Amino acid sequence: MRNRVCPSCPCDHGDKSESARLDRRDFLSKSLLAPAALLVVLEGKPADKAAAAEAPPPAAYDPTRHNYAMGIDPGKCIGCGRCVEACKTENDVPREPFYFRTWIERYVIQTDGETVVTSPNGGIGGFAPTTETGILRTFFVPKLCNQCTNPPCVQVCPVGATFTSQDGVVLVDGSYCIGCRYCIQACPYGARFLHPVTHTAEKCTFCYHRLVKGLVPACVEVCPTQARIFGDLKEQASPLSRFTRFNPIQVLKAHLNTEPKVYYANLDGEVR
Amino acid sequence: MPQQIWRLLVVFGLLVAALVLARHFLIPKTFGEVGHYRAAAVDSIAARKVKYAGRETCAICHDDIARNHGGHRHAGLSCEVCHGSGAAHADAPSDVHLQTPRQRAQCLLCHAYDPSRPTGFPQIDPVAHNAPKPCVGCHNPHAPEPPRAPEECGACHGQIARTKAVSPHAVLACTQCHQTEKRHMVNPAASRPSKPASREFCGQCHARGAPSSKEIPRVDLETHGQRYVCWQCHYPHSPELK
Repeated sequence: MRNRVCPSCPCDHGDKSESARLDRRDFLSKSLLAPAALLVVLEGKPADKAAAAEAPPPAAYDPTRHNYAMGIDPGKCIGCGRCVEACKTENDVPREPFYFRTWIERYVIQTDGETVVTSPNGGIGGFAPTTETGILRTFFVPKLCNQCTNPPCVQVCPVGATFTSQDGVVLVDGSYCIGCRYCIQACPYGARFLHPVTHTAEKCTFCYHRLVKGLVPACVEVCPTQARIFGDLKEQASPLSRFTRFNPIQVLKAHLNTEPKVYYANLDGEVR
Repeated sequence: MPQQIWRLLVVFGLLVAALVLARHFLIPKTFGEVGHYRAAAVDSIAARKVKYAGRETCAICHDDIARNHGGHRHAGLSCEVCHGSGAAHADAPSDVHLQTPRQRAQCLLCHAYDPSRPTGFPQIDPVAHNAPKPCVGCHNPHAPEPPRAPEECGACHGQIARTKAVSPHAVLACTQCHQTEKRHMVNPAASRPSKPASREFCGQCHARGAPSSKEIPRVDLETHGQRYVCWQCHYPHSPELK
């Protein structure tokens, strides 16, 4: 570049023209810097926007200090279906059947050894008295997402839209889910469904929005017989720790090693 | 540095820049801050609106009912079990009113007889029990008590009464086998009915030489299941006929 001074006159305007010109080497080296500069500009803005759009959690709540779980006593369940109703109201779950975050099953074990499991509309509005004859034993079992410690649904999610939060609740990021249904296939408990309007996966969140405000899940709030017990495994004294201490406890499909955090007391061997 | 290396470096640099740009636009903000997920998703889930206010919220204004509720059979019930979700009412008490269910169906949802319900849970036969009358006419739902002491055992022990009614023991009164104090009818936990304690009790009808009807099946008490009281093997409310 130094040899490119203006050949026609002795003045020094050649230097000026040199700085105004941009040769290929300069162009490339500067174009390398451009995206980085763009990033610096972009970084500032959306962060503020996101913070404004999504309200911050209540200041006092520290998720690392909790590990939520639920206890269920089928011996107390009367099959009134109020928990299913409350769950649908609280979480805006579609009203039509087949979309449930929690539901009730009626087990009828007949004297011939056959087991009949029914759940008309998830148990909303109660169950019609059973018409089976030759009943050996019969009872209700509330079901919901088992909030596994090793959740298969989280393992298979290709985009990281479902995850275990720091307080031990398996959640779905609705705005990031691509609706591929892998998680629905992977869940051994049938606890997930595809929301018919948003086309994203949905499931029980233990009413996470209630937990952070110090409330219990809606199903636990309305259960008239305290068949559902909610609590924190990190708390030494809680209704749940007392429940797990004084009852024989079983989890569903323990052989799958999902380590569920929904604990059933005195569960019948026929329950799957 | 040789020119060809420079050119390669430039191309490589461009690729890195494209990757950085793509990551910037495709990976959401806050992804990976805590784990392999969008940390802000937790906040947006936590920010959802609560619909069920919880009984503590109800008690702030309705403290009289909440107090009355405490010591009775419905003490464990949250207000919103019967009155529906109440957060909207708690936010605007004069604009939003909750349901006050008076229909029979509302109570029958829990109290209609169903064999799948746990034994001992208070249940009635909706057809036989004062059929068209609303339950709240006789029972105060905030402090439910039977309006008078039940006259028949089947009022509470419906499952047993129904089982026994179609069994060979249908004609036997409950009190024939269970000595029951009067106060059990008023306060069931205060005094429990007895159960037959000896084999000879059943033997009054079922022993070989017992002075009872010929149709009644007989056993030899000396040789038949010596170690057990009869009801440890046989269910007296529905004895096996073989």
